[in-house]
Amino acid sequence: MTALLDIRDLRLSFRLWSGTVEVLHGISLSIARGERVALVGESGSGKSVTARIVLGLIQELRGARVSGQVSLDGQDLARVSPKARHALRGTDMSMIFQDPTSSLNPVFPILTQFREVLARATPGISLDSARDRATSALHEVAIYEADRVLASYPFQLSGGMNQRVMIAMALANRPKLLIADEPGTALDVTVQAQTLDLMRALVASHGTAVLFISHNLGVVREFADRTYVIYRGRIVEHGPTAAVFGNPRHAYTRALMAAQPRLTGGPLPEITERDPAFDAPAEVHS
Amino acid sequence: MILSLKDLGKTYASGPHAVQALAGLTLDVAQGDCLAVVGESGSGKSTLANLILGLFPATTGEMIFDGAPLPARRTLAHRRAIQLVQQNPASALNPRRSIGASVRLPLDVHGIGVAAKRDEAVTRLLADVGLDPAMAARAPSALSGGQRQRVAIARALACGPRLVVLDEPTSALDVLVQAQVLRLLHDLRLRLGLTYLFITHDLAVVRAIATRVAVFHKGRLIEEGATEAVFAAPSTPYTRSLIAAVPVITEEEKAMRDTLARGAS
Amino acid sequence: MKRAAFILAANPLTLVGVMLVMLVVMAAALADVIAPFPAHRGAVVDFLNFNKPPGGDYLMGTDVVGRDLFSRILYAYRISLLMAVVVLAIAVPIGVTLGLMAGYLGGRWEYGLMRVTDVFLSIPPLVLALSILGVLKPTLLNGMIAITAMWWPWYTRLVYNITRGEKAEGYVLAAEVTGASRAHVMFREILPNCLPAIVTKMTLDAGFVILIASSLSFLGLGVQAPTPDLGSMVAEGARYLPDQWWLSVFPGLAILVAVFGFNLIGDGLRDILGGDR
Repeated sequence: MTALLDIRDLRLSFRLWSGTVEVLHGISLSIARGERVALVGESGSGKSVTARIVLGLIQELRGARVSGQVSLDGQDLARVSPKARHALRGTDMSMIFQDPTSSLNPVFPILTQFREVLARATPGISLDSARDRATSALHEVAIYEADRVLASYPFQLSGGMNQRVMIAMALANRPKLLIADEPGTALDVTVQAQTLDLMRALVASHGTAVLFISHNLGVVREFADRTYVIYRGRIVEHGPTAAVFGNPRHAYTRALMAAQPRLTGGPLPEITERDPAFDAPAEVHS
Repeated sequence: MILSLKDLGKTYASGPHAVQALAGLTLDVAQGDCLAVVGESGSGKSTLANLILGLFPATTGEMIFDGAPLPARRTLAHRRAIQLVQQNPASALNPRRSIGASVRLPLDVHGIGVAAKRDEAVTRLLADVGLDPAMAARAPSALSGGQRQRVAIARALACGPRLVVLDEPTSALDVLVQAQVLRLLHDLRLRLGLTYLFITHDLAVVRAIATRVAVFHKGRLIEEGATEAVFAAPSTPYTRSLIAAVPVITEEEKAMRDTLARGAS
Repeated sequence: MKRAAFILAANPLTLVGVMLVMLVVMAAALADVIAPFPAHRGAVVDFLNFNKPPGGDYLMGTDVVGRDLFSRILYAYRISLLMAVVVLAIAVPIGVTLGLMAGYLGGRWEYGLMRVTDVFLSIPPLVLALSILGVLKPTLLNGMIAITAMWWPWYTRLVYNITRGEKAEGYVLAAEVTGASRAHVMFREILPNCLPAIVTKMTLDAGFVILIASSLSFLGLGVQAPTPDLGSMVAEGARYLPDQWWLSVFPGLAILVAVFGFNLIGDGLRDILGGDR
């Protein structure tokens, strides 16, 4: 079975006034239909940038050099025109972001934004159809007072509510791939837990594949089927989540696990931030 | 007790739109403790921090620090004794000042030591937090998040405070860096005999670093006790739900969480 | 520095601006040396050579009493630059200080200072300057006073806005918690963060001060004869248009060169300095 998203040897560098900065050194990643895959790393590892390349957002930046293959459903995204790539955004693939309240446009009510999203797949959709579809989308994320929410502005809703609205909007056009960039990080922990449960149920019922980007190991463990660990632009370990977490082999993965404070207690570990052992070759769990 | 709060409360505005951010708080903090203040948004933990730092006056109650009441208008001596480490290290350092100048500021404000020797003191402070003193001339933009937070810690400790309020000091940091900074904070507390008021939403961090925990919900203190005791047997459903919501990575944590969740229902 | 060079390379116009301004500054500084007829800056008459078109000894022609226009323009640049420097040297510190106080101290300070600023800003600049000069005698000094009076509010508004934003930043809270005085927070913490915007604005303003000053002297309200001033020269030559076109055109171009040069630098500075945060 061919993968839904297939990234092979992806490289990215930026040309700056101080020289060329290499950000990704050959990332390879694949996601099957309906699979939930996590990309775990710290800031500066290149995880967010990878997601943005899939959406085609980085290639348009001045000074960015991208090479390698990125295929969505067999279609090489590098070969399609920017126009075609743009058409895929919001329809076949969509994205949700870290801070829901600031990712939604503050000057438009929710219904207007919903309609814009729906219009990507159904151009010229009428206000009434949009309202109906938005209402059912909101029900799917357990928002039952849809009329009030649709008439509201983002600042009038809580962070948790906005996050669910964003999930609803992202899944409204039944995309094949959902990219979630640190979702729930800005939320309270109880709200985050609820939101993640909701997301998990929804993507399962829709059969949507998910690329889940995070630095939070606990969330990744509870959400993803397979995990890729990224360190300074390289994949250092990957495999089924249970295997990677249960038996981490790469020095970096082990450092991440050891550094995570435990709910069950235990002493504070000694961590070296930049251990040369982290540059060891990748470990693969099959 | 280094800090005693008696019936402390803060209400914003008045009449029908009054918001009671904190109400009826009575709490004692022992010298040398690391008291974790835990809660979600709206719990009142930020208000509590701001009251202790003297950023605005309380509406009700009083705060006794080192045996004497804390007035609404703080003196320089008060400021020296109670310091702050903020959540966002990028914002906490003046981008137009070198980090050495930022660390030096408390020394200048309180006239500590001889002016000519203060740069040496800055060198020692930077080394104490694990930074290369040669970085003193650099701007904050040249440092990583973890390094900036260390600078902020050095600055907070520069004038020799007794109580340090830490407002989510590691929430904006990566996992590895967080572990290092937690370790540093722990070592400093023991070495310098500091008392911490550690505000966080992350219960795993609480378990790792705090000696006592105070749980807040909607402006009220609902549970307080030694860390081990609270985690072993949380006495309120809210605390149990907080623990149950934490995403964990090991099986034993999962088991603990599930036990607690069952206890809640 | 390297970054400045990189940005300059991407903004060649800024380099043009720098060259124009350097031209103006050198013309003013070296007027005694460059001017072919240095005495013509004063009350000299040479009726044999009056109203001569550009050419020969007189690079830009002569005026109605026979003075060399080119020499007078060089000296007139001195007045223009002097105006710009003095006005900004007084208006900027006043405006910035008031803006810092209004933004940081808040409360009644903010209310009082900003309302006064609003009043000044709501009066059309030239009208304000004219009314001041209506009261005082028109001289170079009074011209500078008038322009300064209308200039400071812009800096107050600019710094007020930036200060309000910076007030929310962590480093301000850190300084307050440390026990720093309010003066320290305003001038040692917040002000350095306002400097890029202030410097950029000052550079752009240099050109505009010259323009306003020229407008005032065009109306006869600035410098008085025989001191050469670009605005007055344009006014004097206006009634001889279009025959003796050089009398107005060359001083006008001189104003253009100066203002344009400062504008270009100001735009470039905005790119170089603005990227710091």
